[in-house]
Amino acid sequence: MSVKLSALYSDSYVDIGQYRDQHFKGQLGEQESLLKYSPTLYVGNLSFYTTEEQVHELFSKAGDVKRIIIGLDKVKKTACGFCFVEYYTRADAENAMRFINGTRLDDRIIRTDWDAGFKEGRQYGRGKSGGQVRDEYRQDYDPARGGYGKLAQQHRPGEARNSF
Amino acid sequence: MSLMWESMSARLLPEKLTVYTTLVGLLNARNYNFGGEFVEAMIRQLKETLKNNFYNEAVYLVRFLSDLVNCHVIAAPSMVAMFENFVSVTQEEDVPQVRSDWFVYVVLSCLPWVGKELYEKKDVEMDRLLSQIEGYLQRRVKTHVSMLQVWTAEKPHPQEEYLDCLWAQIQKLKKDRWQERHILRPYIAFDSVLCEALQHNLPPFTPPGHMPDAQYPMPRVVFRIFDYTDAPEGPVMPGSHSVERFVIEENLHCIIKTHWKERKTCAAQLLSYPGKNKIPLNYHIVEVIFGELFQLPSPPHIDVMYTTLLIELCKLQPGSLPQVLAQATEMLYMRLDSMNTGCMDRLINWFSHHLSNFQFRWSWDDWADCLSTDQEKPKPKFVKEVLEKCMRLSYHQRIVDLVPATFSALIPAEPVFRYKYADESAASLPGYAISITVGNAIKNRASNEEILTILKEVPNPNQEDDDDEGETFNPLKIDVFLQTLLHLAAKSFSHSFSALGKFHEILKTLTDSDEGKLHILKVVYEVWKNHPQMIAVLVDKMIRTQIVDCAAVANWLFSQDMAHEFSRLFIWEILHSTIRKMNKHVQKIQKELEEAKDKLEKQQHKRVSHGDDEDMDKNSEDEEGQLEEQIERLQEKVESAQSEQKNLFLVIFQRFIMLMTEHLVRCETGSVDISTPWYKNCIERLQQIFLMHHVTIQQYMGTLENLLFTAELDHHILAVYQQFCALQL
Repeated sequence: MSVKLSALYSDSYVDIGQYRDQHFKGQLGEQESLLKYSPTLYVGNLSFYTTEEQVHELFSKAGDVKRIIIGLDKVKKTACGFCFVEYYTRADAENAMRFINGTRLDDRIIRTDWDAGFKEGRQYGRGKSGGQVRDEYRQDYDPARGGYGKLAQQHRPGEARNSF
Repeated sequence: MSLMWESMSARLLPEKLTVYTTLVGLLNARNYNFGGEFVEAMIRQLKETLKNNFYNEAVYLVRFLSDLVNCHVIAAPSMVAMFENFVSVTQEEDVPQVRSDWFVYVVLSCLPWVGKELYEKKDVEMDRLLSQIEGYLQRRVKTHVSMLQVWTAEKPHPQEEYLDCLWAQIQKLKKDRWQERHILRPYIAFDSVLCEALQHNLPPFTPPGHMPDAQYPMPRVVFRIFDYTDAPEGPVMPGSHSVERFVIEENLHCIIKTHWKERKTCAAQLLSYPGKNKIPLNYHIVEVIFGELFQLPSPPHIDVMYTTLLIELCKLQPGSLPQVLAQATEMLYMRLDSMNTGCMDRLINWFSHHLSNFQFRWSWDDWADCLSTDQEKPKPKFVKEVLEKCMRLSYHQRIVDLVPATFSALIPAEPVFRYKYADESAASLPGYAISITVGNAIKNRASNEEILTILKEVPNPNQEDDDDEGETFNPLKIDVFLQTLLHLAAKSFSHSFSALGKFHEILKTLTDSDEGKLHILKVVYEVWKNHPQMIAVLVDKMIRTQIVDCAAVANWLFSQDMAHEFSRLFIWEILHSTIRKMNKHVQKIQKELEEAKDKLEKQQHKRVSHGDDEDMDKNSEDEEGQLEEQIERLQEKVESAQSEQKNLFLVIFQRFIMLMTEHLVRCETGSVDISTPWYKNCIERLQQIFLMHHVTIQQYMGTLENLLFTAELDHHILAVYQQFCALQL
């Protein structure tokens, strides 16, 4: 009965997603619990050129931003297309999930998801080449994310030579 | 039964009210007792909501009850009696006007649904009721209205006070013999069943008396931007005084209220409004959304929600809605000259954010008229601020490429750092040599002590002797250190925050005095004046890490040095952000105090219930002692924080009064008209302080009236204060 009624109070944009950090250090269920109360968001599908300033401007529309950590390529130490946004309150982060998730930043639709909280080391991409995992296997060409995916780049060694 | 009540609760889906009343009507026809229980439950609910200040909910409950008259559940005379009790509140003495306003509003807002039925049964009583209401509306004080209007101009659409508008709509409805054709009335189809039902009488309902802590809804002004001339094809827009307009707007507001957290659902629900083929729905939707966004004192929901909702609506109706939105934007632009400054802020933020989702595509040339006027006028100001916000969401070159070359004067500055000691051309400046030493020291990770030693060498332009005793304020020292540090950290926000954190000790030492705090803000502005976004985040950080305090920021913003920036948006964003931080700080400590008090109470209860145990007693007493000490400390903290908060508002209001008095005197002596763009901006910014922080300011009204807003004040300035008081917030 109460499930039906809760549909009237629906707030689905704020629900916890499916992603769980495989490197998370803690007890079973701890990550879920942290996600439920966390004021930190993971932000994905950024352009490599998106700056901290742009992220700050956009995400400030949901509330006061405590800090932003730009995700870095582990090898090159340059931006690799994701970041963390931490608010002072959960309520502000919820508004970001409701109204900023799925809208554009730097002409790209960005995606936000709950994060258990920033820990040193989590600012680095976990792909083999140093960037994000998704950029390892990507087949499409995305000029704002280094062009072709890393695997696809390996299969195209002759590209540069063939163009006139 | 209670489950049914929950799920049908008119509070949740008020726009579907008549569907639910029909259902209740049919159930009542089958089972008289059910109807009786249901009505009793609603009356209980109504009493509860009124007790708890849920006035907006209570309106829907009364409307639901009144529609139950149409479904033969409630007898018309008993409904009229309830309305008579409501309207009698207007006879009460010494109550806030907003109280009697609400009771009148409830009665009037039910009449589109039930006016016809009530008049058929009790026309004499209804006429008496309406004439009482008319008398009240004529007596009402309307000082507050101008503070709530989005535009200062009456053309093209007057912005009426909400009760006046509703009265005009009901008058027209009465003239039309209560023929109302917009509301969906499913019960008509079931009339043969319903008319057999036995009706219930509402128990006599006395409105609860006025309590001092009651929070009645604030007065409103009806936002109008469209009329029947604006929708080029298709159905005509109902007139501003037609009851259809009222019902449509009510229902659209309800839909937003219900679904605002889920933008896709909200957009879909808005676009599937029943009866949409008979009205220019897109125009109504856009008008209602902008009406909420521009509502004074503040929108019902967070600003960004409206941006995202409009984007969803554009996605669902790509062939029609974007055009209506563009038309509305054009109209808003054309009326900028009389638009309230706070509303313009929201328009700037909305428009730039909206454009950023559509590759900043806009026909800027259409607005070329803004290029030929003084840049302080609203139109060029608006375009400038929009371009600045667009730049923050993209980058400088993008904006340069975006606008026609003719707009170059309105393009924001490139957000680069301005370093005083940049190169050898600065060699003659007094701090130049030390800036290099300090810079190297920082780069080589020198300790704070080493850096302070270096800084000791900086001469103090304020002092004659070489007096090292005590840290007297040395503006050059602050300048050299801060310019150099921020220059090294200029790369990003994170770099600058890190620098402020690392050298926190030094900064605290340098800004020990009020002059020090003021000067550090000056330097931040000097180096980053091309990057207002950076100034704002640095000021925020410095307040949070207590390098400067809120009053210092207020004094800096109002200082002579910043006078030329006074009408720029970033100034006011910083000021309001500062006030909010102060408010949150006070609330936080108050909360800690409440929690400690609760803990003590619980502890005392425990001791009482375990009275006989001696050991428990001793431990308990210790704990209680500790808690009492903690409570004392927190009490002091709260008082000190509140004192700081009061002082902040005093500073801000004082500075406003000084600036405005100066202007008024200068104009009077020069026989010049006071109404310059600067003055309009200033007065509206003062109003904005009152409106945006009314909850906090209420606490300090006594002090404000005694110290600042006295009868000796120029009447132009005093009027703002009086309008604020008239809102009876």
